[in-house]
Amino acid sequence: MGIDVEVNGKSFSIDADPNTPLLWVIREELRLTGTKFGCGIGACGACSVHVDGEITRSCLIPVAAVAGKRITTIEGIAAPNGALHPVQQAWIDVQVPQCGYCQSGQIMAAVALIKKTGLPTPAHIDESMTNICRCGTYPRIRRAILAATGQAAAALQGNS
Amino acid sequence: MGVKRRAFLIGGAALIGGGLFAVSWSERAATRRAAKQITKDKAGVFQTWIRIAEDDTVTIFSPHVDFGQGSVTGLAQMAADELDAEWSKIVVESAPVMVAFANAPLAKGFGGELLPFSVPPFLNGIVGSAFAMVARNIPLQVTGGSSSIRATGQMGMRVAGAAARNALITTAAKRFSVPESELTTANSRVIHAKSGRALRYGELAAEAADATISGEPKFKDPKDYRLIGRPIPRLDIPGKVNGSAQFGMDVQLPDLRVATIMAAPVRGGKLDGVDPAAALAIKGVEKVIELDNSVAVLAKGYWQALTGLRALSPKFSDGGHGALSSASIAAAQAAKIQTDKPDNKSGHGDVPAALATSGVRLVEAHYAVPFIHHAMMEPFALTAHFKDGKLDLWGGVQDPLHSRQVAAEAANISTDQVTFHPMMMGGAFGRRLPGFCEIIGQVVQIAKQTPYPVKLIWSREEEVKHGCYRPQATANLKAALDKNGRIAGWTTDYAQSEDATREIRFVYDVPAYALRHYKFATNQHDGPWRSVNSNQNGFYSESFMDELALAAAEDPYQFRRKHLHPGSRHLAVLDDVAKRSGWSTPLTTGRGRGMALVESFNSIVAHVIEASVGDDGRPRAHKVWSTVDCGRVVNPDGAAAQIMGGIIMALSSCVDEAITLEKGAVVQSNFHDYRLLKLAEAPDVDVHFLESNASMGGLGEPGVPPTAPALANAIFAATGTRIRQLPFRNQAKA
Repeated sequence: MGIDVEVNGKSFSIDADPNTPLLWVIREELRLTGTKFGCGIGACGACSVHVDGEITRSCLIPVAAVAGKRITTIEGIAAPNGALHPVQQAWIDVQVPQCGYCQSGQIMAAVALIKKTGLPTPAHIDESMTNICRCGTYPRIRRAILAATGQAAAALQGNS
Repeated sequence: MGVKRRAFLIGGAALIGGGLFAVSWSERAATRRAAKQITKDKAGVFQTWIRIAEDDTVTIFSPHVDFGQGSVTGLAQMAADELDAEWSKIVVESAPVMVAFANAPLAKGFGGELLPFSVPPFLNGIVGSAFAMVARNIPLQVTGGSSSIRATGQMGMRVAGAAARNALITTAAKRFSVPESELTTANSRVIHAKSGRALRYGELAAEAADATISGEPKFKDPKDYRLIGRPIPRLDIPGKVNGSAQFGMDVQLPDLRVATIMAAPVRGGKLDGVDPAAALAIKGVEKVIELDNSVAVLAKGYWQALTGLRALSPKFSDGGHGALSSASIAAAQAAKIQTDKPDNKSGHGDVPAALATSGVRLVEAHYAVPFIHHAMMEPFALTAHFKDGKLDLWGGVQDPLHSRQVAAEAANISTDQVTFHPMMMGGAFGRRLPGFCEIIGQVVQIAKQTPYPVKLIWSREEEVKHGCYRPQATANLKAALDKNGRIAGWTTDYAQSEDATREIRFVYDVPAYALRHYKFATNQHDGPWRSVNSNQNGFYSESFMDELALAAAEDPYQFRRKHLHPGSRHLAVLDDVAKRSGWSTPLTTGRGRGMALVESFNSIVAHVIEASVGDDGRPRAHKVWSTVDCGRVVNPDGAAAQIMGGIIMALSSCVDEAITLEKGAVVQSNFHDYRLLKLAEAPDVDVHFLESNASMGGLGEPGVPPTAPALANAIFAATGTRIRQLPFRNQAKA
């Protein structure tokens, strides 16, 4: 009767209205609050997670649509031994977050972008990083993505 | 830096032990309770903000909340540097939400900066009273006005750190039986070099907390700073990259219920009635709650609550505001300036005479700005629980102490029955000041109707439609140029809700200047939006400055230079940004450069923006250079981030953002029709600080005001179109 999902490597059977957006299942049923609610219409990306490796805005997708799929949230991207994902480390090195509320989604988007492109160019970054940050951390997000992919020289440009 | 000895005195006795910084103006019982609150066994408490444990861990209690400014790290740097504590042993906690932890230095900071009887502008709406009231009676624990570092840090944290260090030295001198002058400190130890002995702070703390020190604490020479001035990584960032940071939205409690709410679409309207049946039919919905001007649905989770709310067809009245629109407000504001007398004014010189002098050339322009929304990424979420006559609240607000008071009033219980648990905030920008947080009253009313804790979450739609916006405003600017092309007189007449005549700094040297406010209120809540009134005034003045340069047939940079004092900080800032941006060098066709210089929150900031306009009519900033003089910089990396963030938020607001009214109600509802700047349109930002010995300025806000005018001036340079209304989109052609 429940909806089976795998979240961060663990299996769950979810007892919820099948139309419930995945976001609220993650936050309220599974108590993983790193994935954020921002707009509810898929416009801001604060709720971004990976569904079978694809970047997905979880506030729009009903939980029934992810039955049997593998979901990864911000809590699940570090290595099993706890070592930070290179993108998380770059976010610390470049001191990206300000209020931090959108950054789980930004990091999930960056991880997906790097997985897809290997070495993202600035054009890839502009095209793919469409999550909103109200604090205005975008220049540092750019630098952190370059830093995470070993493009150190490019990452050092600009001082803000 | 003025340290008043009385900050340490109670009844004439100098005291450190349990000596809380707020004691000079708060009651002693509260002070003792507060000391008890943060004192653990065998730990010494120094002032309001520092606790040293036996294992040398130094806990700093911050009266400020960090919503991304990095000020909590900066405050810890300041306290730890004066204390000579080892950075790795520093921990920061939120100060308890108690009166004894109210922010006396903040009140004092504004006392020094503003006129004696004015309320700091960002506090408008919180306190409708004179400044003296704020200082003596209103328990401030507010984060706003770009004030954390320059007020709390300079007048609080450094004092507390230095005083604690002095007390540790006094105590060590007694134990070693040596004069204090033979002792030094480093890395959380007091050292007696002569005898090769040393004591850890943790070994001294409990006794030192009761030590009596005389006079003012001794401060470090700035050349000996080890932490102040260094780009120390922020303490809050690790928790913000792994999902563990806990925001108000993230509160989890046993049996927690969730509610969401819809207020009357026309502000001022009331709830006439609602049939709850459609919501109650939804699984998980427990209750439909009618409030005076809104309806809320209480459920097991947010989705059920929202689905329930959307199923309802509530009837609301319009409070008599049904005819109001953005256009009607703009027209009425313009008429008010023409026909009425100003409500407030500031300035100097005889402006009417200057404008009437024969031979001068008059230049006049009309500017207008719309309401804009804070759009903090975390919509309001506040949790409340009534139990046994006591109320607990969890959430992120800019003034937990005052919010607690607001909640107590809404609940009709005494303040000491209310406990506020501060959480992180996903943005604030002025929106989370308690005078404008209707959610406090709402969640209290809802919590009264359930035995369970309830988290009230505003949908993004509620957030957009019921903001406390940057005011819609209209301004007429008029100036006279003398025969040498110099400004002889200048007036800015503006209509909006709030007075800003004492907030705005006019930076140019002109013989006569007047800023005149025509009070015009609407049915909307409006108030501080990152940089408050310097925001729109910066746009008017610095756009107009370029219009005057054009009229005088001068380069905008040279024209500004002529109106700044040689040797002034303002001129140094302007020259630096012009030099770094290559102001007079050639540009790619289709691009233009614009500059602006604004002083706000005691910091002087100039930007140069290089921009173009796309075929779609969208202005695009390609690169921004910014030069800042805020006095001393505590954390250069955090400081640059604040200026950068301010610029990008301001660009977003001036290119695209507008909250408009039709039939008294807000038209926009979410990010599809209230568009924010995204990464692809964010320019490179290059920030440079010119450090000076001037008193410290703020950083969270001062990057904002020069942005819109610098972009408007760049658009003019690129296209020949002068834009005098925000937002800029679709006003100029490539």
